[in-house]
Amino acid sequence: MKENPYQPWLATIDSICDEVGGQRAIKTFRLVFQDEKVREKFTFLPGQCVMVSLFGKGECFFAISSSPTQKGFIEVSVLKLGKVTSALHECEPGDVVGVRGPYGNHFDVSGWMGKNLVLIGGGIGQAPLRSLIKYVVDNRKQYGKLDIIYGARTSKDLCYTKDFAELKTCEDTNACLSIDVKEDGWSDFVGFVPDNLMRVNPSPKNAIAVTCGPPIMIKYVIQNLGKLGFSEDQIFTTLEMRMKCGIGKCGRCNIGNLYVCKDGPVFSYKQLQNIKGEQ
Amino acid sequence: MKVSTMEKYILLKNKLPEWINMITPTYTIFAPVKEEDLVFFKPITKPSEMTLAYSNAIVPPKAQMFHQTETMFTFTQGKNIRVNPASLPDEKIVVFGIRPCDAKSLSIIDPVFTNDFEDPYYLTKRKNAILVGLSCNQPTVNCFCTSLNGSPASPEHLDILLTDIGDKYYVELNSEKGKQLVEKTKKLFTPATDADSKKKKDVEKKAVDAITRQMKINNVDAFVKKLDTIFDAPYWKTIAMKCLGCGACTYLCPTCHCFDIQDETTLDKGARIRVWDSCMRPEYTLHASGHNPRPERMNRVRNRVYHKYNYYPKNHQMIACVGCGRCIDNCPVNIDIIDVITKAGEVKP
Repeated sequence: MKENPYQPWLATIDSICDEVGGQRAIKTFRLVFQDEKVREKFTFLPGQCVMVSLFGKGECFFAISSSPTQKGFIEVSVLKLGKVTSALHECEPGDVVGVRGPYGNHFDVSGWMGKNLVLIGGGIGQAPLRSLIKYVVDNRKQYGKLDIIYGARTSKDLCYTKDFAELKTCEDTNACLSIDVKEDGWSDFVGFVPDNLMRVNPSPKNAIAVTCGPPIMIKYVIQNLGKLGFSEDQIFTTLEMRMKCGIGKCGRCNIGNLYVCKDGPVFSYKQLQNIKGEQ
Repeated sequence: MKVSTMEKYILLKNKLPEWINMITPTYTIFAPVKEEDLVFFKPITKPSEMTLAYSNAIVPPKAQMFHQTETMFTFTQGKNIRVNPASLPDEKIVVFGIRPCDAKSLSIIDPVFTNDFEDPYYLTKRKNAILVGLSCNQPTVNCFCTSLNGSPASPEHLDILLTDIGDKYYVELNSEKGKQLVEKTKKLFTPATDADSKKKKDVEKKAVDAITRQMKINNVDAFVKKLDTIFDAPYWKTIAMKCLGCGACTYLCPTCHCFDIQDETTLDKGARIRVWDSCMRPEYTLHASGHNPRPERMNRVRNRVYHKYNYYPKNHQMIACVGCGRCIDNCPVNIDIIDVITKAGEVKP
């Protein structure tokens, strides 16, 4: 019998970054596997997920928000919402969690080489895109133009502000932020993410668009991508569902005959058009 | 592993207790045991504990491989967190008296626990189990295994099949495991004659003829496609109207494999437990955000039907139903899967 897929490896919380405060707080946890061998053999690609355990509380499925080009640790960004995520937010550096994975499919980073990328995120949905952005930036010559469109309700709700400060200084990257309502001192776009997409006006030629965020945002982003001339198979998104096992056995994360945990979380819009099932 | 030419033997009925006694030291024997008016598969220590006058056990013997509640591992909490792997049982078990339909259900759910990531809890018990079936000579009113290419006396999916042919059992060995079990106790068995084989065929035919109900699925591929076209039909709402959401159909289904994972803790110790779960419960898919992709009973009833007759055939090339009739027998509001499927075939897209 092979390794027990349900038994997590232990990982220490190395550092915690407060991304967003308040009621819908978001923190990014940097996790380091305790076992050096696991640290070496754990490989993943942008878009893949891990099941993080808080022993005694339970497990949650998170997109890895760091890039495989960053060695020695992985990061997950967690919105405080339910039992496990609330308990995770109480954790401090040095605390120990369990990690198993990586699970699910990934963004087609090799198939997309040479293409222009338009990455459109909203709120905590930016987590899987952050992994992809870092990966592309670290392999910059392999990819064409890079448009990053990211927005949140207010400037205080934006994640990864440090990353964006750096991205804005990169000459070959077009990072465009937005907030929903005007604030003093805000010099970027004011409005919803789908509107910012129209303003940026990326060309569909030789391009791939990836959008992650709240369902309502995804809906209008996809509509607008259509207006810009993007076809169904040029548009990708990630989905989430309640999960327990993460490995296609416990049954609950299905959309039609597909399991989000193992057949997803990355789906093309074309695929989603053909699935009959509840999302 | 299939035996190329199936070996057939005779075991006299009065020798059955002796056979059970001979294998009891080596194997934990699960057999049908009567409690009140119901029959359960339970471990027995002597043959007299079991009953052979039963139609089927209320809880399918999948529960012997996929426990209703199972500790996956334990852990210590606090400063020095440690994970202690659960010891996987190495006991060899015999499931005696399992019906051919229930044996088939295990073959159906095997891929779930084998594909991509091997599930050690299920597979250890599955590999350590020998399935000794007993043909179903008197199918019940809601049995419909023949609608799904099954037979009440089929040795397929079993290691050994016993068929009651009067004062003796006709014994078919269908795998190496089955062959080895009989090999060790060979003196109780005599080779079957052609007359015995004919008797078994007659018994089987009689049992098949006794199955009166039929689910109409003429062609599986065509039916799967048909369901694709009626996903949004008002039919599902009608079907779901009387459902109470009790989940009996899922808990008693031999092919339902869904589970929940929970942590149970004392002050400094804990265990990660897996328990059977049911797609009929609204909490099953409820997100922490409050969003529920299957908020209505209609969504859940439809998902149960589609999982068996559309999603599963798409993923594993087989219908996830064996026709045991448990969900019909035990539904408090008489939702009848034979009717649901047969009538779905007539719904206009």
